[in-house]
Amino acid sequence: MTQLALIIDLNVCVGCHACVTSCKEWNTSGWAGPMTDFNPYGENPTGTFFNRVQTFEIGVFPNTETVHFPKSCLHCEEPPCVPVCPTGASYKREKDGIVLVDYDKCIGCKYCSWACPYGARELDEKQKVMKKCTLCVDRIYDQKLPEAERRPACVMSCPTSARLFGDIHDPDSEVSVTIRESGGYQLMPEWGTKPANHYLPRRKTRITLHRDELERADNPLKKEGILPAPPADQKTLDETTSW
Amino acid sequence: MHPAFSVIFLTTLIGVGQGLFLALFTGQLYALAKLLPAQDSQSFYALGSALALAFLLAGLGASFFHLGHPERAWRAATQWRTSWLSREVIVLPITLFLIFLYGLAHFMDWKQPWLVLASGALPVDATLVIGTLATLATFALFVCTAMIYASLKFIQEWHSPLTVFNYTLFGGASGFTLAAAFSAYAQANLVSFYGTWAVILTLAALLTRAASLWRNRHLKHKSNLQTAIGIRHNTIQQKAQGAMGGSFNTREFFHGQPQSVVRWVYWSFLLLVFPIPIVLLGAAYGIASVYLPMLAFLVQYLGLLAERWYFFADARHPQNLYYQSIA
Repeated sequence: MTQLALIIDLNVCVGCHACVTSCKEWNTSGWAGPMTDFNPYGENPTGTFFNRVQTFEIGVFPNTETVHFPKSCLHCEEPPCVPVCPTGASYKREKDGIVLVDYDKCIGCKYCSWACPYGARELDEKQKVMKKCTLCVDRIYDQKLPEAERRPACVMSCPTSARLFGDIHDPDSEVSVTIRESGGYQLMPEWGTKPANHYLPRRKTRITLHRDELERADNPLKKEGILPAPPADQKTLDETTSW
Repeated sequence: MHPAFSVIFLTTLIGVGQGLFLALFTGQLYALAKLLPAQDSQSFYALGSALALAFLLAGLGASFFHLGHPERAWRAATQWRTSWLSREVIVLPITLFLIFLYGLAHFMDWKQPWLVLASGALPVDATLVIGTLATLATFALFVCTAMIYASLKFIQEWHSPLTVFNYTLFGGASGFTLAAAFSAYAQANLVSFYGTWAVILTLAALLTRAASLWRNRHLKHKSNLQTAIGIRHNTIQQKAQGAMGGSFNTREFFHGQPQSVVRWVYWSFLLLVFPIPIVLLGAAYGIASVYLPMLAFLVQYLGLLAERWYFFADARHPQNLYYQSIA
């Protein structure tokens, strides 16, 4: 069994929204599109997105920290949105664990969006069907693309490599190793949805320095004791000797 | 949650239709047991069934306004193994059909007993058999409708057996109130019978609804911002939600009304559904008025619209944790 997933490193994300725009660019013009916008240049622009970056401030000033939080469908291993769908339009692929919506079967009843605790699904107001992240399913298997580009658009575009993509069921994959070794966690674990996407926590890089690492204990100058400072009116070595 | 009027009308209208049918069939059973005078098949049972059908069809019509693609609604019958919505889509037409048959059997006067039980005391005719089947379908429909909401475990306000009791009892109460009004209109001598049952069901609904209101007030939500983004700190403030002009997430899961409106709806439904119809039905019993039961039904139905609005507004979806402020 394969379960494809994204790993999002909150320690590295700078909140630039490159993943948001590249996701929209790829998907609005591709298999999963269009992702309709309303009022794009007006007062209250709104539209369909598969991926959004939110920003949270942790703590109280001055001890605050800003966390940028990219949020998209987590491709749960126990997706609560799938069994509630009355038409079978929502489904989870056996092959790779991607949760998808069949736009030709969706009746736009929004029940799956009620059943998703993460708010990962959005109804496209133009096409009147439910839309969500597809993990760029029309890209990751495309044999015409060079192998390095068979990755989701958001992963390709991330300038800080905050997003990893791979099979979390393969214990030796890059993503599995990263989850294990860097403390990868799931969102809202209390509901038992087993999200496939994992997040990596903020990590502080700290080094412990001991005093003897800053000052040499065996400094020969120390052995002699502190030399008396020369008198202020005495000529310096440079002034007495020509080198 | 955002209260959608299509769903408010769907659930309240089919509730009335189901309740009215149950009232008609209860009346028939009482008449069979010789506890009540028998009513005319055509002018009472057939006409009453037509009225119940009208409410059910109006509810079905309202439900189509909820769909983005109503022309594909037939597809919704396919996933009955897992989806309560799909089960409702199947049970609703079955209920409609059986109530239609029930009305038809009365209209055509199919009274020839198929067999006679209990040494001549219980003639089993078409109306009794169809009525029993329709009763089962009606209760199944109450369960399906309510389970659509009660099965969503993370909407904790709904995830309770009380939701099923409320839907069933509100449907029953409003249906029996309508039956009292219909008896008054049809000049059947059943106003006090249906009125009494309507009051009993309304009081029962008051009990279960009060229990669910109490439960929701003392609910501890499992999810919080800490589990939502996975950061352990007591103070987390949202600074941006990824969109300035709102999104599906801000439109679908928030009622968008000030707290004053919510309180106003809350007190309206508490008054309109429970005490006022009970007083009106009691007064109708006292002064034998024809119009008071009708007024009682209208008031209670209005109250049920408010109740259903509040039912949605009261529910807090965990996804709202991600949409607390724009900037």
